[in-house]
Amino acid sequence: MPFVNWFRRNLVVIAGLLTLGYLLLPNVVVTVFSFNKPKGRFNYQWQQFSTEAWKDPCGVAGMCGSLSLSLQIAFWATLGATVLGTMIAFALVRYRFRARGAVNSLIFLPMAMPEVVMAASLLTLFLNLGAQLGFWTVLIAHIMFCLSFVVTAVKARVMSMDPRLEQAAQDLYAGPAQTFLRVTLPIAAPGIAAGALLAFALSFDDFIITNFNAGSTVTFPMFVWGSAQRGTPVQINVIGTAMFLVAVLFVLTSMVISNRRNRQKA
Amino acid sequence: MATLTEAPPPLAPTAAEKKPPRKRGRWTPYWLLLPGLLWLLVFFALPMIYQASTSVQTGSLEEGYKVTWHFATYWDALSEYWPQFLRSVLYAASATVLCLVLGYPLAYLIAFRAGRWRNLIMILVIAPFFTSFLIRTLAWKTILADSGPVVGVLNTLHVLDVTSWLGWTAGDRVLATPLAVVCGLTYNFLPFMVLPLYTSLERIDGRLHEAAGDLYARPITTFRKVTFPLSMPGVVSGTLLTFIPAAGDYVNAELLGSTDTRMIGNVIQTQFLRVLDYPTAAALSFILMAAILFMVTFYIRRSGTEDLV
Amino acid sequence: MKTTDNGSGDVRLSGISKTYGSFTAVHPLDLTVPQGSFFALLGASGCGKTTTLRMIAGLEEPSAGTVHLGDQDVTALPPYKRPVNTVFQSYALFPHLDIFENVAFGLRRRGIKSVKKQVEDMLELVQLGEQARKKPHQLSGGQQQRVAVARALINHPKVLLLDEPLGALDLKLRRQMQLELKRIQTEVGITFVHVTHDQEEAMTMADTVAVMNAGRVEQLGSPADLYENPQTTFVANFLGTSNLIEAEVDTKSGDDIVLKAGGGKLVLPEARCSAPTTAGGKVLVGVRPEKISLVHADAAGEIPENRNRITGRIAHSSFIGVSTQYVIDSQVCPEFEVYAQNIERDARLVPGADVVLHWSPAHTFGLDAAQDIDAGIQEEAAV
Repeated sequence: MPFVNWFRRNLVVIAGLLTLGYLLLPNVVVTVFSFNKPKGRFNYQWQQFSTEAWKDPCGVAGMCGSLSLSLQIAFWATLGATVLGTMIAFALVRYRFRARGAVNSLIFLPMAMPEVVMAASLLTLFLNLGAQLGFWTVLIAHIMFCLSFVVTAVKARVMSMDPRLEQAAQDLYAGPAQTFLRVTLPIAAPGIAAGALLAFALSFDDFIITNFNAGSTVTFPMFVWGSAQRGTPVQINVIGTAMFLVAVLFVLTSMVISNRRNRQKA
Repeated sequence: MATLTEAPPPLAPTAAEKKPPRKRGRWTPYWLLLPGLLWLLVFFALPMIYQASTSVQTGSLEEGYKVTWHFATYWDALSEYWPQFLRSVLYAASATVLCLVLGYPLAYLIAFRAGRWRNLIMILVIAPFFTSFLIRTLAWKTILADSGPVVGVLNTLHVLDVTSWLGWTAGDRVLATPLAVVCGLTYNFLPFMVLPLYTSLERIDGRLHEAAGDLYARPITTFRKVTFPLSMPGVVSGTLLTFIPAAGDYVNAELLGSTDTRMIGNVIQTQFLRVLDYPTAAALSFILMAAILFMVTFYIRRSGTEDLV
Repeated sequence: MKTTDNGSGDVRLSGISKTYGSFTAVHPLDLTVPQGSFFALLGASGCGKTTTLRMIAGLEEPSAGTVHLGDQDVTALPPYKRPVNTVFQSYALFPHLDIFENVAFGLRRRGIKSVKKQVEDMLELVQLGEQARKKPHQLSGGQQQRVAVARALINHPKVLLLDEPLGALDLKLRRQMQLELKRIQTEVGITFVHVTHDQEEAMTMADTVAVMNAGRVEQLGSPADLYENPQTTFVANFLGTSNLIEAEVDTKSGDDIVLKAGGGKLVLPEARCSAPTTAGGKVLVGVRPEKISLVHADAAGEIPENRNRITGRIAHSSFIGVSTQYVIDSQVCPEFEVYAQNIERDARLVPGADVVLHWSPAHTFGLDAAQDIDAGIQEEAAV
């Protein structure tokens, strides 16, 4: 009976942890198989332990080039989307103007649209304009779909900000520019950072829109897609594992830093 | 990280949005809005118009296309590809329900039971975002492999006999069946369900649970009458964030499915990038968009989240 | 204190305690709340009063000890099986349900089908009949508070627990609700256990007050008893203001103790001293500021014989309408507080004037000198 009771009380915890397991299982597989030495072209079956791929991560033709291209696109897309999105967010929260509803819908719609629809219509535009598909068309597309997410993130932060803080700054002799630089921007910074981080992740990992609009340019997700047809090198798993570790480490350090800062304040 | 948890889209304008404070500088908001909105207009709205126009054109690649108001393309596309449409809705709906069933306990665990593990679990939910989802989807090929342990166990327990009979799997295989595709979709969009659910659960005042218990509600009744109704905003945005991308997805169907599991996304992709039949592809894409907008609007009306606090 | 014939509805806590790791929130505690009484647990935040309340409600599991409601041991019962209801701090009204459904919640959970009449009657009792179909956020703070009370009371609990029920209201509304709650309690006759940090609130409403400090009950009694006869420095300072003087026991004469303080002598009735008194031992002598009379040094001759007296000089005075509050510098105590009613104001009583303070020995109380003389002072500022 005690066991049954314990089980009933912790049922939701057990179910939640099982879901977490389901969520992490592929990452475990990716990591384990980065130490595989497959026979043949595909890395789907365990053969034997090997660190060859880790010693030579760029040993596959074109992969590291595509990785660097993806990083460049993600960087510029993040920059563009963050700047444009932050401006929109401030306008939405801090000012009154005509056609708010229309503006809000225009920002909401890209998030409520299946990617394939946006991808296909954008391609139609580029074809009609006779644009050369490649780096620039991909970048334009990425800024477009990251924009709405940045707006949402920054808006949430600016909305929770006390407008009296800005009034206090002006009361203390700060002009509009000073107020913005010394008060508004530092307080909105966490929201902007979160929006930028999200934009980077979305851009770096985007496949569907890129697939339509990249022409013959190969980003990292497109390289993986291609290799799923031609043969999957172990190095893909190495990159996947490294990305996961870098992400976890990044989040952990930022958490430790903010914890320490909070403790110092207290 | 905050954004991901704040991801639920602004379905209904909040009170604060309705009445923004007045401020000096009449033209400032327009200058702030201009570049971003122009970007969205040119690269999001304008393409939709081009696509609508393409869908009623006729012609060929060699001779070029002309607008001829050929609406028959829509009819032809629907009558040829309705099974893929139906499949998309079916798979996406199954994946959404599965995400809700699997995601709710996890969101609940993080919000109320995780204690000092909360941040760690949160990181583990978000971190997979940073590994290319294509690589993770390929990992399911390994997990569900014909000779792998998962299929082995399911076979021994005769689960596959049942799922085969239902038409979800075929024979001794899981890969290249509807089950594999739905499983992949569920996996891919699970975080989009968990995060909004967590956000709305976390907002619930813990004392409401105590108050319900104090007023003779057993834990299960407390959940049914208090916790779940209060988490409805999260349920609504979670299901939308799962269903919409899942319905348009073609990666899972391509990597984990077979020709019998093709979804509408696969058709659009093939028509656009391989067959190069632009009018049909544009028509299909337009139908998908219209269908989703219609379903979403209906769903938001029905669930009546505006009523919730 | 009221007593009931058989005690069938008393709340009895026996040896109840709560520890979190190495921190002890509530030290082993024995407490009996008689049926039908209005009982207050008073103390500063973190003193363990809310934890004690939550252990009665079943929201917190005691580390040791038992909770009895009448003859029933409810220690192991989950909250939803206890005949006890709580008015939560900031109310915890269900935001997705309207007022009617909030009030009907407990009845419905117990499978009662026809709730309409009962709910309407209850809303009438708290004067909210018109608001039944509104959502909680559409009501004012005072109205929400009454809904919370109605939602709990409708279940006819054996005990109603109130956790800082008036904390979120402004001062004027709080006064009004104090009287309102007292009226409801008299009307329904249910035992109320009320947790508060506001000494005035506790004294206005409760029949019996238990003053808690650092996980222990310092003193328990009627408001008047606690105020007139504090037994610890904490109670003396936390409830109202006390002037405490360090003194040395000199002699005993009859029922009185004679003490030496500064250069003078003070008399203290032995019955009003909670500390052991041996000749030469130290005692803290206390007196409330409003018990003291103040005369100018030139008029010292008019003071009757058998009064305790102290000389000093006025340091500050502040006029606050009904009274004037003086702070007196004297040899025995650096900041002696005196409240004088504004009946006939002596124009000579201004800062710098030499004065004599005098009061009846019957208003003097004695405390153990081994205590912190300032215990409970900061907390009092919360009011």
